[in-house]
Amino acid sequence: MLVSLNWLQEYIDVSRYSPEELAEIITKTGIEVESVEPVAEEVTGVVVGYVRSCEQHPNADKLNLCQVDVGEETLQIVCGAPNVAEGQKVPVATPGAVLPGNFKIKKTKLRGEESNGMICSLQELGVDEKDVPKEFADGIFVFPEDVEVGANAVSLLNLDDLIIELGLTPNRSDALSMAGVAYEVAAAIDGTYELAEENVKTCGEKTADHVSVVVEDSEANPYYGAFIIKDIQVGPSPLWMRNRLTAAGIRPINNVVDITNYVLMEYGQPLHAFDYDRFGSHTIVTRRAKDGEKMTTLDDQERTLKSDHLVITNGEKAHAIAGVMGGAESEVQDDTTTIILEAAFFDPSVVREASKDHGLRSESSTRFEKGVDPNRVERAGLRACELLAKYAGGTVLDGVVSHDELDRSEKQVTVNTSTINDRLGTDISNEDIADIFRRLQFNYDQNGDEFHVSVPTRRGDITIFEDMLEEVARIYGYDNLPYTLPQGASQAGGLTLEQLLKRKVKAYFEGAGLHETITYSLTHEDKAQMLVSPEVKEKSVSPVALAMPMSEDHGTLRLSMVPELLESLSYNVARKQENLAFYEVGTVFISEEEKVTKQPEEMLRASGALTGEWLSHPWQQEKKSVDFFVAKGILEGLSEQLDLPFSYEKTKLDHMHPGRTATVSVNGKVIGFVGQVHPKLQKQLGLKETYVFDVNLEVLIEEYKKEEKFQTIPRHPSVSRDIALVVDENVTAGSIEATIAEAGSPLVKDVQVFDLYQGEHLDEGKKSLAFRLLYLDPLRTLKDQEVEETHNAILEAVKSQHQAELRG
Amino acid sequence: MKERLEELQQEALKKVDQADSVQGLKDVRVEYLGKKGPITEVLRGMGKLSKEERPVIGQLANDVREHIAQAIETKQTALEDAALEKQLEEESIDVTLPARPVKVGGPHLLTSIVEEIEDLFIGMGFEIKEGPEVETDYYNFEALNLPKGHPARDMQDSFYVTEELLMRTHTSPVQARTMGAKDGSEPVKMICPGKVYRRDTDDATHSHQFTQIEGLLVDKNVRMSDLKGVLNAFAKQMFGADREIRLRPSFFPFTEPSVEMDISCKVCGGKGCSVCKGTGWIEILGGGMVHPNVLEMAGYDPKEYSGFAFGMGPERIAMLKYGVDDIRHFYTNDIRFLEQYHKA
Repeated sequence: MLVSLNWLQEYIDVSRYSPEELAEIITKTGIEVESVEPVAEEVTGVVVGYVRSCEQHPNADKLNLCQVDVGEETLQIVCGAPNVAEGQKVPVATPGAVLPGNFKIKKTKLRGEESNGMICSLQELGVDEKDVPKEFADGIFVFPEDVEVGANAVSLLNLDDLIIELGLTPNRSDALSMAGVAYEVAAAIDGTYELAEENVKTCGEKTADHVSVVVEDSEANPYYGAFIIKDIQVGPSPLWMRNRLTAAGIRPINNVVDITNYVLMEYGQPLHAFDYDRFGSHTIVTRRAKDGEKMTTLDDQERTLKSDHLVITNGEKAHAIAGVMGGAESEVQDDTTTIILEAAFFDPSVVREASKDHGLRSESSTRFEKGVDPNRVERAGLRACELLAKYAGGTVLDGVVSHDELDRSEKQVTVNTSTINDRLGTDISNEDIADIFRRLQFNYDQNGDEFHVSVPTRRGDITIFEDMLEEVARIYGYDNLPYTLPQGASQAGGLTLEQLLKRKVKAYFEGAGLHETITYSLTHEDKAQMLVSPEVKEKSVSPVALAMPMSEDHGTLRLSMVPELLESLSYNVARKQENLAFYEVGTVFISEEEKVTKQPEEMLRASGALTGEWLSHPWQQEKKSVDFFVAKGILEGLSEQLDLPFSYEKTKLDHMHPGRTATVSVNGKVIGFVGQVHPKLQKQLGLKETYVFDVNLEVLIEEYKKEEKFQTIPRHPSVSRDIALVVDENVTAGSIEATIAEAGSPLVKDVQVFDLYQGEHLDEGKKSLAFRLLYLDPLRTLKDQEVEETHNAILEAVKSQHQAELRG
Repeated sequence: MKERLEELQQEALKKVDQADSVQGLKDVRVEYLGKKGPITEVLRGMGKLSKEERPVIGQLANDVREHIAQAIETKQTALEDAALEKQLEEESIDVTLPARPVKVGGPHLLTSIVEEIEDLFIGMGFEIKEGPEVETDYYNFEALNLPKGHPARDMQDSFYVTEELLMRTHTSPVQARTMGAKDGSEPVKMICPGKVYRRDTDDATHSHQFTQIEGLLVDKNVRMSDLKGVLNAFAKQMFGADREIRLRPSFFPFTEPSVEMDISCKVCGGKGCSVCKGTGWIEILGGGMVHPNVLEMAGYDPKEYSGFAFGMGPERIAMLKYGVDDIRHFYTNDIRFLEQYHKA
């Protein structure tokens, strides 16, 4: 809502505040002032001039030589505007004037003729192109005849006004009018304002003899009032009205349209004028449209209507979409002499529906959608009649013809001082509360501590105690509320075990050298299903897609974070950042339904992606690129952190390197995967060797044993033994390790690979793996013989299970 | 014999003194203290001595031996120290050469901010609650006083999955869920951080996915001044003790009265500048007293219970606190952005 300060000042005296102070007060009492800006850039030295004569410039076809009386003197001015003419009163920038853009006017010569100033267009004076009336769009502005020569054109054109822009919350539609703003400002500054009474003189003729009103759907249209004004002379509206409309961001058109718009701004009540002679009947019928019914609106668009929409008809044909836009056929035109003026109350949801369906949001529909003041509907009609009589030569017929089932009663809300103080934490007295209601102009009956408040209908947002509580609080001043802390029983705040573990896992990854990323949950349908961990893939029936995505790239919920992580790597590599290690903890969305009806399972997972160099320390010849074992090492560290052993099994997954990918399991359950991205995909993304992992964090948290464990620190020495085994090259280290651990139980506490060899001295297709075994009994010293026995059992086991030979 | 021993001692000490290597010193030891050395020889000749002289000379011979041994030892230590010194000198390195790098990662700026806020509220006795990102229409809207047909829940503003399911547009449904689980009788004191989604085209100030943290306190006798006190404590800790807060009226469907909180502008100290658009204040969060309809729907009697709720956007806070100029930075994961905020 744009509020002209000059206009406001006419309603309520705000001159004791600077514009900034006023803005601050309005903001603090309830409506945010978004900006206070001059209506136009500063203009000085522009006066009203009278064009005494206007002749063709002797040396230029398109220029005129004008003698312009500016009061104290007559200036010769060269003017190129096509509409300049003798006898006009025009804005003249005299020598020394400054126009917007710091454009200084000087005496000059144009094609040999002296030019001592400039006759201005509105655009040149800083008026926004869209606010300039059409007749002045391509030339200079022409004042009405009654202005005084030599007067200050800047103030005549209201170019010295300030515009206060209000950011209205949806509940404060009462401030969508100058009257509403004035009531609000009056409450805020404890001033006085009341909407002035309308003053209409009518002729003897009765409106009811010329028109009747039939409302078919009274719920959608509880009030419809028709006024008739004859003898209208369509022409320009007075300058002050045009200025105010311009300040409010509405382009002046002609007196009839401008008056309806002016009353809309003044009262917040949209009105519509139909050309009586073009309406096609003398009966106004408002009804629901028929599905498929067609009509052409003011903007010359043919609209197809639905039964949700309300239309104003002549009994047959629709002439307006109620509250949204009028029809072209009965539009007020230059030759219009008699109009039907509509003042109506339409149901907000009906107007909202229609304005949405037709993509038409106007000053009018915005107000109907939020609900207009029922007590101002008819008054607005009267106000327009008053202005039409005064500024359009109209003669107002007697009486309003209406359908009226409108509820105009004021809501009653009862509050009492102690509850108000209990809720606010304040100590406001009865007198202060009474004073707040006085400022708000709310009538009330007081009974000791209790106030029965009648809420004016302009404030449709106040219906319950809490609404009234806010009124009291905001006028009392939020600033004046004390600072207190909650009194209730204290509760120990804190993180749950799951939240703690989530933080621990994240801290671990960061300590391990990974940067946390946050990627989008909504991704492309293809990416949503890529690089999905096997156990997730098994569970998910189809990915969860949005009903109406904004773009394909963010249309489907992810089943894996890995594709977006790779995207992030790719983004960085393209910017020459090539050594990267990222992780993300987030949810993936799994639906077990073919067509989603229930909330999907949201599974917390941890994923990572690594590319480039892992370690680079060239001057000491240390350098390592990321490889499978770096990625696996990160997972192993996590396993250590959570004290949960992970196991790995080679696997094949789409988009992953077929020989360098493994599933990750905990306690026999697959929880994720780790491996190298398929080189084809790497190439597509512009990545070098890239490794990723993805594990289910929920299972890990579940399995994490939360009891504090303490293991006795062994007091007895351990014995370590090494064995080197020759096996077929396809036998995995992990499988031998498992055999050793099993056969060596309970004495073997640890098995570690410390060497892998293939090549010379070994047969083709064989490899040698060396393991270091740790024997320990925490309670006693081991005897050589026991160790020997277990060791032999291990050798037998690996021989029988893996055909492993001791390496000689 | 006594003279001979003293002479030997002098001789030996001189040689010890002159020895300039560990080997030389070893030679001196063998020469004088060895089994075939002159002192041993002297001792061998002791048989010729009288009974009275024998212990005297014996004692003297032992003293001499010990003396020499000690001298050798001292010298040995000195030589070894010198050798070590020399060796260490040779081992000297250029300490200005680059170190072997240790890989250090770090949290995302949004995580840092969220955890900082979490910790502040944990300190004030709040719990942390989480909830689903794909929400039911009921919890996302209806339970929050946004019935079907309410203008604020336009289909155009939300990502719907089905008619009844959508990407949550705020973390408020977690409040509704938490209250709903309490049976209408227990107090609630919680904050809920999480990802939320709106139908916005991504640009410098809009993101279709962003983060929110909301807080809720429901109990008997909760006052609006409590909201002011808690938010003030939060703002001073989060933004600095020198920042002022200001509450002003606002509107949210799920609170009444509603507030918007501003903090004094850090850049100009409240005088007004381009950052605060000349007002001296920067909007930081919204909140209010829980709407009685919301309490009622969650099973609380609004006559007996009251509460306050508030919500804020970590992206906005990060942008204000660190001057991040484009919301897309939070989701692009440019390493040059991620690396900047490890101390955050």
